Amino acid sequence: MENDTWSVAGKVFNSRLIIGTGKYKTYEENAAAARASGAEIVTVAVRRVNLTDKSQPLLTDFVSPKEFTYLPNTAGCFTADDALRTLRLAREAGGWSLVKLEVLSDQKTLYPDMEETLKATKVLVAEGFDVMVYASDDPVYARKLEDAGAAAIMPLGGLIGSGLGIQNRINIRLIVEQARVPVLVDAGVGTASDATIAMELGCDGVLMNTAIAEAKNTVLMASAMKHAVIAGRKAYLAGRMGLKRYADPSSPLAGLI
Amino acid sequence: MSKEKIVINGEEHVIASGKNLDDLLDILELEKRSIAIELNQNLIPKSEWVNHIVKSGDKIEIVQFVGGGF
Repeated sequence: MENDTWSVAGKVFNSRLIIGTGKYKTYEENAAAARASGAEIVTVAVRRVNLTDKSQPLLTDFVSPKEFTYLPNTAGCFTADDALRTLRLAREAGGWSLVKLEVLSDQKTLYPDMEETLKATKVLVAEGFDVMVYASDDPVYARKLEDAGAAAIMPLGGLIGSGLGIQNRINIRLIVEQARVPVLVDAGVGTASDATIAMELGCDGVLMNTAIAEAKNTVLMASAMKHAVIAGRKAYLAGRMGLKRYADPSSPLAGLI
Repeated sequence: MSKEKIVINGEEHVIASGKNLDDLLDILELEKRSIAIELNQNLIPKSEWVNHIVKSGDKIEIVQFVGGGF
């Protein structure tokens, strides 16, 4: 367990928890939660610089790219072209090529558009990006993304921001079993046990945002998530006991009075 | 002195003629680290900012990293 690291795009990480930087009241709170979570990677959005109000705080001053590995995302992109444009800008702004691709399809569900996602993955890989891909929990598309050169597959556990937990454990498990690249559950986690379940299924990591950002005590929840991910990982490695339909006493039957 | 009418991040701006993208950031008093610039939908690498003189009709996007999960 001492050296239970994972790696993506040639970089080695100890923490299997990636957290978002949205929905926090302040960047200070965001930074405190990020530290409490033990995360080494944070996902960030790319947006226009505010030209009218330059006094607005900068994310980079609080959640520093020196302290955390930035994983630029394409939140809000609904076409492959928009996502490509955003990530090219992100690579230029940050100077690194590890990115998170998400191409959404529908405002109500924010479900990924897998056709556009696959298309964008191919272009990004050809341009030298290391692409972690937000995907549906479809093992067939997961394989296609991997064949297209994705650096990691990130199937949704549930809808973005829903907190409904891992809805289809069988599919997540199938994706994990067939994958040769890291698999991280992305979206759907609502509380600590959801993160543990994701890890018990054999995922390499979990990405979450709202579960921490919308907790009443964000820093405490961040710490809970840190431990939940570690617990799930250890349970996966330990190998759980078999399921039985009837009781099986834990005390010896011999020597009963 | 002649002026150039341009659009930056969707807003109209008027700047003096002969300015390049690097000058533009100085005029706007923007921090130059961790940002990226698109000129008429083309990404311009930092090393080439000084080679692009801003002209009337140009559409410029200046972006940075902000908080956001999904």
